Amino acid sequence: MLLVQFLLLSSVLFCIGVYGVLARKNGVMVLMSIELILNAVNINLVAFGTMTNNIAGEVFALFVIAIAAAEVGVGLAIVLLIFRNRSSVDLSSIDSMKG
Amino acid sequence: MVAQNVFFGIMALIMICAALKVVRTKNVVHAALWLVVVLGGVAGQFLLLGAEFVGVTQVLVYIGAVVVLLLFGVMLTKASLGEEADLNMPNRTLPAIIAALMFGVMTYALIDTFRDAELPRESVTNAAMVSDSIFADYIVPFEAVSVLLLAALIGAVVVARKE
Amino acid sequence: MEALSALAGEGPTSLIQAGGWFLEKAWIIPALPAISFVLILFFGKRMKYKGAEFGIISIAVAFIFAICCVGQWIGQVNNADSYTEKQEYHDEEKHSDKAAHEGILNEEIQRTSLNELGPASSEQIVVSAFAEEKDGYSSVGIKPVIERFTWWESGGRSFQVGIMVDGLAVMMLFVVTAISLLVHIYSTEYVAGDRRYTHYFAFLSLFSASMLFFVLSENILQTIVGWELVGVCSFALIGHWWEEKPNSDAALKAFLTNRVGDMGLLVGMIVLFWSAGSWSIVDINNAAINNEIGQSTLLIASLCLTAAVMSKSGQFILHTWLPDAMAGPTPVSALIHAATMVVAGIYMVARLYGVFFEGFDIAGSSFNVLALVGSVTLVGAGLLAFVQDDIKKVLAYSTVSQLGYMVMALGVGAWTAAVFHLFTHAFFKAGLFLGAGSVSHSVHSFDMKKSMGGMRKFMPTTYKTFIVCTIALMGLPPLAGFWSKDEILVGTGGWGLFGGTGGNGTYVFALVMGIIGAALTCAYMTRVIYLTFFGEFRGDTHGHGDPHESGKRITIPLIILAVMATGAGFLNFPVGFLTGSKAGWQERFGHYVEPVATYFPPIAHGTPSWSLAIFSTVVAIIGVSAAGYYFFVKVNAQSPAATELTNGLTEKSKVAKAGHTLLKQKYYLDHLYTDIIANGTKGPVADATYWTNQKGIDEAVNQVGKQTARAATFVYEKIDQNMVDGVVNLSGKASEGLGETTRTIIQRGKIHQYAAIMFAATTILAGLLIVFV
Repeated sequence: MLLVQFLLLSSVLFCIGVYGVLARKNGVMVLMSIELILNAVNINLVAFGTMTNNIAGEVFALFVIAIAAAEVGVGLAIVLLIFRNRSSVDLSSIDSMKG
Repeated sequence: MVAQNVFFGIMALIMICAALKVVRTKNVVHAALWLVVVLGGVAGQFLLLGAEFVGVTQVLVYIGAVVVLLLFGVMLTKASLGEEADLNMPNRTLPAIIAALMFGVMTYALIDTFRDAELPRESVTNAAMVSDSIFADYIVPFEAVSVLLLAALIGAVVVARKE
Repeated sequence: MEALSALAGEGPTSLIQAGGWFLEKAWIIPALPAISFVLILFFGKRMKYKGAEFGIISIAVAFIFAICCVGQWIGQVNNADSYTEKQEYHDEEKHSDKAAHEGILNEEIQRTSLNELGPASSEQIVVSAFAEEKDGYSSVGIKPVIERFTWWESGGRSFQVGIMVDGLAVMMLFVVTAISLLVHIYSTEYVAGDRRYTHYFAFLSLFSASMLFFVLSENILQTIVGWELVGVCSFALIGHWWEEKPNSDAALKAFLTNRVGDMGLLVGMIVLFWSAGSWSIVDINNAAINNEIGQSTLLIASLCLTAAVMSKSGQFILHTWLPDAMAGPTPVSALIHAATMVVAGIYMVARLYGVFFEGFDIAGSSFNVLALVGSVTLVGAGLLAFVQDDIKKVLAYSTVSQLGYMVMALGVGAWTAAVFHLFTHAFFKAGLFLGAGSVSHSVHSFDMKKSMGGMRKFMPTTYKTFIVCTIALMGLPPLAGFWSKDEILVGTGGWGLFGGTGGNGTYVFALVMGIIGAALTCAYMTRVIYLTFFGEFRGDTHGHGDPHESGKRITIPLIILAVMATGAGFLNFPVGFLTGSKAGWQERFGHYVEPVATYFPPIAHGTPSWSLAIFSTVVAIIGVSAAGYYFFVKVNAQSPAATELTNGLTEKSKVAKAGHTLLKQKYYLDHLYTDIIANGTKGPVADATYWTNQKGIDEAVNQVGKQTARAATFVYEKIDQNMVDGVVNLSGKASEGLGETTRTIIQRGKIHQYAAIMFAATTILAGLLIVFV
């Protein structure tokens, strides 16, 4: 197996995730896209770790998973709060930072 | 050798299609489910790379907890369980361009650099090796992450509680 | 011995350095009164005699020191004479053998010894005397004692402070300390109970210190300092009772008139410094005599210094301050304005005589500025003395006249005569002033016509001393004035009858003025004697009874001065007067005082003439008789208490009346100075200057300002506001517009947009990084 195939896969997933972050209107959808991104990064890390025979890649990937979980929790809490205040999770209507 | 490549190709293809579905489907719950597929594919890739512990953790944490959390979020934000007319931002071309651009740059860079790098065969790392590394070399980040998780937990509770 | 004076015209052939403990430490003499000044200032009021004891003790010690200096100096001169005698004897033996050979050696060594004059410590440099070709005779000169130390060095030049002690200085030390001591003692009674007694004595001490410092100065900078110091003390002492305006006015007049002359002093001294390259008096004289300085430069310097002499020594036309200076206390007038300060000018000329001798070309001419100034002063002041009512003013004009004698003598080249006249004049003039003070002390006024008369009955001692001093002043033999005045007349060289008098030139005009002056002196002094001591007492003692003789402290100095006035003349018998064994007593004063050194120009001495002496005495007696007849006979006949004839000459003749008015107005000189020159400058000149300044210069400046303001306003309004600011405003507006536009594009509050931009930017940057790096 070539390394580059894993890297390409990860980049594809990353770009799809970026598209999702930018294109999706629902807050929860954005969070899902962020998960895609994080997973792409994880594949990258583990691939490089295996490539260089370094266990640090996997360790780092574990850390990323943990953090991703935490981040999803907090993100959802925020989304809930937004929903409570505005009774909608439409991100395109949140523009009070205009100007 | 060939088998690995074949398996890799199949799983990659499934993952990419699922990912595309995640970002394009009009049904929120469907998107969550397609996400499950992607996450499973990622776990499979981990196993292919010989990272057993990470793959298992991936399944446990991501599919088991994160997706459930996302579904909870969907439910609590009263997203319509059926199809929704408008899940996408009005302007979708710009993100597409950006994503494409990004893909192009990265592809060029990666292929240019890692054209001939081969992965070593038969390198399997087990949990013991991972734990050795964590508790010997990376103990401090480990502790930090645990504190972070605590903070995130408390933070989420604080943020989301009803007054 | 006689040949000495004849040979002095050629200068010495060799030199001995004078030395001696007192001469080297002569700086102690001015130091003592200076210390006394400081002590009186700080402690005077607390002392028992209010500070007078410091003054008297210091000046007495200085006097004793001065006498020791005189003694030592006489010893030094005698020492030099003995060398001369030895050489004379030596020469007569060898002269016939080696005349030619010695002649060559003479020249070389003579040159070296003559050039050897310079700053020296007081080691005894004995240069062996060599025979001179002329007359087989040699003379040994004496280098003066010069002590100096470097006070300050800057710019490659060093400034020294030091003393120069030679015969002239020693003589002046004696005179100043003696008269100052007598005046100190006199003052203890005269100004007793005065409002500023301590202050008075402090300034007397300061004046003594300044005058002594001036006398001992070694270089012209010190001379200038001493000159100014005595001027300051004069100002302070004249204005002693400054609460009355006339007194403070007189003090200011003295100071400011002196200032006019001081300009000449400074310019002259600076010219001398730059042309001679040194501040030292010896160096300057040497340079002048040896023709190292051009004659025209010396003439300019001499003229400037003459201006200084005119102001300080009260010569015409800057004499106007001296009569007014009589506003000060009488002992001050005696000390400063008769005996010592006013002779500072004479002393300065005598010190720098080389400059004047060469500058005015005194030898071999019949006219020069100094002689002219002196002669005019002498007669002019003598005439003025006739119309004064105030006894001190008469004496003041008399002083001016006698100073004219001294200046004239210096102008004709009779150096020793001038210095000797200075010496004798100090004593008899001080005696006259102190006598006048004694009289006024008892009648409390100086006005002869109103308050005096017949004083000889009441004040016999004062009367006798006054008469003695008057006879000395008139120049009647055998008192002091006769010898000194006669020597001056001889020195003019203008007496051609019955054998000439030699001298440096033939100054006939000076001789004529001198003789007229002698007659005038006798006449006005007779007037004074009559008005003061004869006739009837006209004054009013305000119930104190008749006026009485003054106390011992006043009369004893008077007696001492009268004795000096009598005997001082015998110090300088003219050559040829005494014969036989007493010939050694001739010219004692001149022998010891006149320098025989390379820094003194080769002046010729006149030979005394019996005919001139007799003629001048006859003229003096004529003067006395004329005035005596007028007063003692005619006025007394009119009434014992009268002071003038009621239908005298001025009543009868218009010309005489006009002349009288001219004299009363002091030749209108005061009017000229105050009203014409000073007021003219204050008034029209000042107004014109002001107008020029305001309308001319200021207007120009204002116009420049106005035009600049207009231009600036234009620039401001048209250019700055519109153009420059417009551009700036435009750029501001452009930025604003750009920002506005960007804001509507970029910052719409949509988070997606922000994220999109972020990602896009990152991608582009990454791309650039990959492509170009």
